[in-house]
Amino acid sequence: MLRDWLYIGIFLLISLFLPAAAIIMAALLSPRKPNPQKNDTYECGVETVGESRVQFKVQYYVYGLIFLVFDVEAVFLYPWAVAYNQLALYAVVEAIIFILILLGGLAYAWRKKALEWQ
Amino acid sequence: MIDFLRDPIAFLTQWLNTTLLGWGLSEQAAQITGFAIGAFVAATGAMMFVTILIWAERKLIGRIQDRYGPNRVGPFGIFQSIADLVKIFIKEHIDPVGMDWLPFNLAPVLSVAAVLTMWVAIPFAATVYGVDFNVGLLYLVAVGGLGELAVIMAGWGSNNKYALLGAFRAVAMFISYEVPMVITLLIPVMLTGSLSMNDIVRQQDVWFIVVSPLAALIFFISQVAEVGRSPFDLTEAESELVSGFNVEYSGLKFGMFYVADFLHAFTISLLFSALFLGGWRGPGAEEIPILGFIYFAIKSSLVYFLVILMRGSLPRFRVDHMMDFNWKLLTPLSLVLVVLTALALKLMTGLSLWVQIPVLLVLNGLVFLMAQRMVTGFFRRRRPREVGDRSRPVAHYTPPQSDSEAQG
Repeated sequence: MLRDWLYIGIFLLISLFLPAAAIIMAALLSPRKPNPQKNDTYECGVETVGESRVQFKVQYYVYGLIFLVFDVEAVFLYPWAVAYNQLALYAVVEAIIFILILLGGLAYAWRKKALEWQ
Repeated sequence: MIDFLRDPIAFLTQWLNTTLLGWGLSEQAAQITGFAIGAFVAATGAMMFVTILIWAERKLIGRIQDRYGPNRVGPFGIFQSIADLVKIFIKEHIDPVGMDWLPFNLAPVLSVAAVLTMWVAIPFAATVYGVDFNVGLLYLVAVGGLGELAVIMAGWGSNNKYALLGAFRAVAMFISYEVPMVITLLIPVMLTGSLSMNDIVRQQDVWFIVVSPLAALIFFISQVAEVGRSPFDLTEAESELVSGFNVEYSGLKFGMFYVADFLHAFTISLLFSALFLGGWRGPGAEEIPILGFIYFAIKSSLVYFLVILMRGSLPRFRVDHMMDFNWKLLTPLSLVLVVLTALALKLMTGLSLWVQIPVLLVLNGLVFLMAQRMVTGFFRRRRPREVGDRSRPVAHYTPPQSDSEAQG
């Protein structure tokens, strides 16, 4: 079991190393002639107006919250799904009630217009 | 020789292992070194494979759009992507003003790494897989999420409004479509009772797309959205955001995003065919692993072809439609499907497969029809009221008068 995670660690290191090595190699090979016009922030030919790191819409935050609810829910449901074949009907109904409560939460968010893109 | 042809990868692994042992390494060290070499070869191979993917996609998209596609470099333009690779390799790397050095440079690396690390858990044949571990599916979902981090890092690091807006959109879309994807994945897990990818493939005596076609459809759609391909390419909408989160990138750093995109598109085809199309399973695949490899390649190429076809034929979503489609249709639909499948399967325990599958099929069809009726009904009610007079003057085509009429 631990051996598996070691292998994954190795694979992760290699898959980080390969693109990094390619980029470094390309950076060494490629020309480097910076000038102020070239390095300027791109904004369709005009000079940048104001701060480039604009504020984000609050709507994204709301979507993030709803996502969090459902993702945590999924983490709870996976062990249930793995054990599904050994479960009695009772346990399945319990999980279904859990999902239905979440569907209620989705309906609530819907009614509160949290899913509306403004 | 026959052994080699039957199962080349396992043969090579064994050969490598004995060679390393022969050099005086301990068994553990030999295995780890062997795995590292295998991983290196697989990852490099995957990145090189992208050149073929790009060529195939450009060729197909060209045909769909009634063009030739690349046809100059080599036969059928097959070396076009290699020429592009060489060109992009020697392009200048421009550092935009005010960029955040670490996120800006880490983003392209991370976006490729996020896709490559998925390959470790995909079983390519009965004996060919990186690691067969008991939380494989959860690992794939988790690692797939790393790409979002790369996107937001690129958007933030570039110090560019288009990049930042594109990154916001992209991340909002990716996390949203992760929800139905994760929920529909519960169905294959329920059917097999394991999270290991190998087990899931092994247990598909009947392909899961037959058992639960609706789950497969939802999974496919949300995976295409995860890649950010057309019709979900509004993260890099040329007409609105120039090219989204990677506007400021140049040279190979941009190329890495490109590689990640194509590799991810192929990886989702691999995933789809492993989870729903029976993976490497087929006649004789258990005994002759190379056959399983071929079946898997054919299946995933077909799915990849479908992804390209979708890209070539569908227009882009609007951002609010994209969000609504996910939260108001796919998410409730997948939850309802999981509930009904769980209930139906539990009530049918002990019955034969030939009863279970038709019942599940009918169930899927009913859920789909219900959803379809609800959606069309919703849009019928929402049809905009016609304002104004219908019979206003419009340009009508009048056939040209004949000579005799004009003179007469």
